Amino acid sequence: MPVVNRAMTETNSRDLFPGALEMMILESLRRQPAHGYALVQHIQQRSNNLLQVEEGSLYPALQRLLKARLVKAEWGLSSTNRRVRTYQITATGLRRLEQQISSFERMFEGISLVLNPGKATTN
Amino acid sequence: MDWIPQIFRRRKFNEDLSEEIRLHIEERTEQLMREGMSAEEATRAARRAFGNRTLLEERSREVWQWPTLESIGADLRFAARQLRRSPGFAVIAIATLALAIGANAVVFGVLNALILRPLNVPQSESLFLIQHGRDVASHSYPDYLDLRQRNRSFDDVAVFAISQSGMDTGKDPSNAWEYETSGNYLDVLRIQPYLGRFFHASDEHGPNSAPYVVLTYAYWHTHFQDDRTVVGRVVRLNRHPFTILGVAPPGFQGTVLFFAPDIFVPIVNHEQLSGDKMILNARASRWIFEMVGRLKPGVTPAQATADLNSVDSYLKKSYPKDESNGAYTLARPGLHGDYLNGPTRAFLTGLMLLSGLILLAACANLGSLFAARAADRSREVALRLALGSSRNRILRQLFTESVLLSLAGGIAGLVASILLLRRLSVWQPFPRYPLHVPVSPDANVYLVALVLALVSGVLFGIVPVRQILRANPYEIVKAGSTGAFGRRITARDVLLVVQIAICAVLVTSSMVAVLGLMRSMRSNFGFEPRNAMLVDTDLTTAGYSGERVPAMQRRMIDAIQAIPGVDSVGSVNYPPLEPPGSWQGTVYTDTTTDMSPSNAAADPYWYNVTPDYFRASGTSLLAGRAFTWHDDTDAPRVAVVNREFASKILGSVPDAVGRYFKLRDGTRVRVVGLVEDGKYVTLTEGQKPAMFFPLLQSPASWTWLVVRSSRDPQQLAAAMRSVLRGIDPGLVLEIRPWSAELGGTLFPSRMATVSLGVLGMMGAMLSITGIFGMAAYSVSKRLKELGIRMALGAQRKEVLQAALGRAFKLLAIGSAAGLVLGILAGGVLASIVYQATPRDPVVLVGVVLAMVVLGLLATWIPAQRALSVNPLILLRED
Repeated sequence: MPVVNRAMTETNSRDLFPGALEMMILESLRRQPAHGYALVQHIQQRSNNLLQVEEGSLYPALQRLLKARLVKAEWGLSSTNRRVRTYQITATGLRRLEQQISSFERMFEGISLVLNPGKATTN
Repeated sequence: MDWIPQIFRRRKFNEDLSEEIRLHIEERTEQLMREGMSAEEATRAARRAFGNRTLLEERSREVWQWPTLESIGADLRFAARQLRRSPGFAVIAIATLALAIGANAVVFGVLNALILRPLNVPQSESLFLIQHGRDVASHSYPDYLDLRQRNRSFDDVAVFAISQSGMDTGKDPSNAWEYETSGNYLDVLRIQPYLGRFFHASDEHGPNSAPYVVLTYAYWHTHFQDDRTVVGRVVRLNRHPFTILGVAPPGFQGTVLFFAPDIFVPIVNHEQLSGDKMILNARASRWIFEMVGRLKPGVTPAQATADLNSVDSYLKKSYPKDESNGAYTLARPGLHGDYLNGPTRAFLTGLMLLSGLILLAACANLGSLFAARAADRSREVALRLALGSSRNRILRQLFTESVLLSLAGGIAGLVASILLLRRLSVWQPFPRYPLHVPVSPDANVYLVALVLALVSGVLFGIVPVRQILRANPYEIVKAGSTGAFGRRITARDVLLVVQIAICAVLVTSSMVAVLGLMRSMRSNFGFEPRNAMLVDTDLTTAGYSGERVPAMQRRMIDAIQAIPGVDSVGSVNYPPLEPPGSWQGTVYTDTTTDMSPSNAAADPYWYNVTPDYFRASGTSLLAGRAFTWHDDTDAPRVAVVNREFASKILGSVPDAVGRYFKLRDGTRVRVVGLVEDGKYVTLTEGQKPAMFFPLLQSPASWTWLVVRSSRDPQQLAAAMRSVLRGIDPGLVLEIRPWSAELGGTLFPSRMATVSLGVLGMMGAMLSITGIFGMAAYSVSKRLKELGIRMALGAQRKEVLQAALGRAFKLLAIGSAAGLVLGILAGGVLASIVYQATPRDPVVLVGVVLAMVVLGLLATWIPAQRALSVNPLILLRED
């Protein structure tokens, strides 16, 4: 039965927490400017296909990043001579990325401690 | 905030985004093809992997927040298209709202102009009306002078009285309504002259010392054609020379909102203007119309009232015989103080509530109409929900439609109300008096209309909300819209019955009023107003007095009699049925010796007439004779009486002629003639006694000529004017046909008829929309059932009965209730509208007919729809 009734804003066990997608996009762009399709490929490969990201959901996230001026976009030609819109991280984006990564790591450590009290984690 | 300039580039943005996504999907497709999928499979897989493209595009656009604007624009376009597709519904809704909102705007306009708006003088908050007791017009001039001198709380106090004088500007002397004001009046109001200058307190040096005139702007415009050289010109008021000092600013007409004077003159010249020498010094004569005062800054009204009352106690002590009881009070100027303020406020508030109720009822009706439409579109709603729309979005679209309708209706209503208010501003219900209601609309009225339109749009848009919020799209798409259609009595049913009942009451009452009005126009007044003209002449305004008056009156009558086409001319001191009323006198029977008021036989109406009056006015002489020119001061006192007088005072009608009665001063008067009864003050009065005296024996200088002629009134008036001016060019004349003059008397019944007619129309409009809504709703809900019935062989009549039975039942109940109520209320009407009786069979038949026509009109369209149901199509849709 097609999932037409479920509002897209509800979360279920397969969704990432809010902000995760933006964080991963910024990290990917930090390594290398890319267009939408390449970003999707990149994220899926790097996560060993553990993360199933609906391809299109990238685009609203990209727009949010554009609006917050964390990335900038430009039309151009890709390496394979396709017309693409390439995104690039900005200085503000870099700063935001560092903040997000550090707060994510703190959160992750906190959860790990709760789940496994004896185990210490590396910083 | 740099998404603002993006608004203008959003088209390009949208295209870019679409392109980007398209390219993405293309790339994925190519990748999948490289991995070995066929083109078709690859495309499908790529699209699936991407997700809901439309939704994602929308969400991407939403990030920039101008989709809200876009979607509102789309909603508006969609709503307009939907409304174009059902023009009947749109027209009914807009017409209903226009009427309801227009009514509210009109009432609010009047309320705003009369009560809410401050008087258009500078610093009007410090201007107050000074009343004595509850009575506004109860000051004497000497009291005013003392008050002005002795008070400590007012910067200045001024008074004015209202009167009429004959104004001769050199051509066509006519009556001018004037404010006789104290010298400081215009200065207390802080008005600046538009042209020339005003008179001031310093111009007053004693009686008749300030022969100055200030024109109002309107009078200057109509009588002097905006001639700027009027300043300094000398005109004649009652034959006395007065100098024009200047012109008042446009829009200023004194401190009484509903009265528009022509000129302002100083009160110290009262003797010249009225011939009365004594009244300025008579402390006990309370004839001043209004006293206004400007409070000193920092003084509260309470302090001022206390101060005035201390002056009052001083005056009471010094002049115990002349002073009356009653304390001083303050009030706001504009509506003649507490005399009109309270009743006007109450009346207008009641009217405002009534029109508010009408608007609410209209919204309720439109709501059910709207719900019927929404029920028709349930399939569409289900589809949109299935495609991913949020319920909010659908609701927003619905509200857009309702607000669009209500704004259209509101604008139409506002335009109509503005036109009506403008017409109302210049309408004079009594031709003789410059009375009107200055209600020109201003920004407040527009604002109120706009707010009402928005609120009503939301109100009736809300009605289908519940059913949309609960709609389950899956079920609706599968099974079509079926809803429980219970036999319970809902609140909506009760509301509809109430509306129909009210409509029936109003229709009954307006029919009763109209019939009564028609009858009263044809009934017996005791005179014949058709083919008769009235000429209002006041010889004192032309400078006549003493012996010259009767001589001149005779000359005027003879001159007019000589005009070809004139049948007869008579003169009367004041015509019957002319507002405000008629003179009355106390009479005693012939046998009374002690002429004290308790012994009086009656207070009949009193008329002083010339010999030909009865013929000219069309009053039938039943016995005896009319007067002759020999019944003068040398002849014995005679009178002509009516039948009621004869039966009440003389004791018998047949031999009334020849009997005697006595006046207050003991004079014996012989009855020489008997005339028919008539109406003298109002149309609804019972039989009243009246007596007529020869003008030569009871002289009056202010008389009206009654001219009977079947000539065209315009021509006759021109002929009379030239003839009379030929005798004396300074005569002040007002010539009007008698039937037009009666407009003032008929005013209450005309007003009642018009108001009832308007309310009846509104009631009809509400009932029609209500019945239409209910019928349309029931038909659309039961469309499938009706289709099945028709397929099974039901006749047209049976189908109609199933579809509309309930609506007609409610109509019948409401009409019956309304008819009964209307008959009961007929008693109230009879006191206002002459000869109004609700038990007239014409009325009953008329009302029933009207309600049936109403019902047929309202259910026509739903009936057509029910009958044109094609069961095949309906059943196949599932």
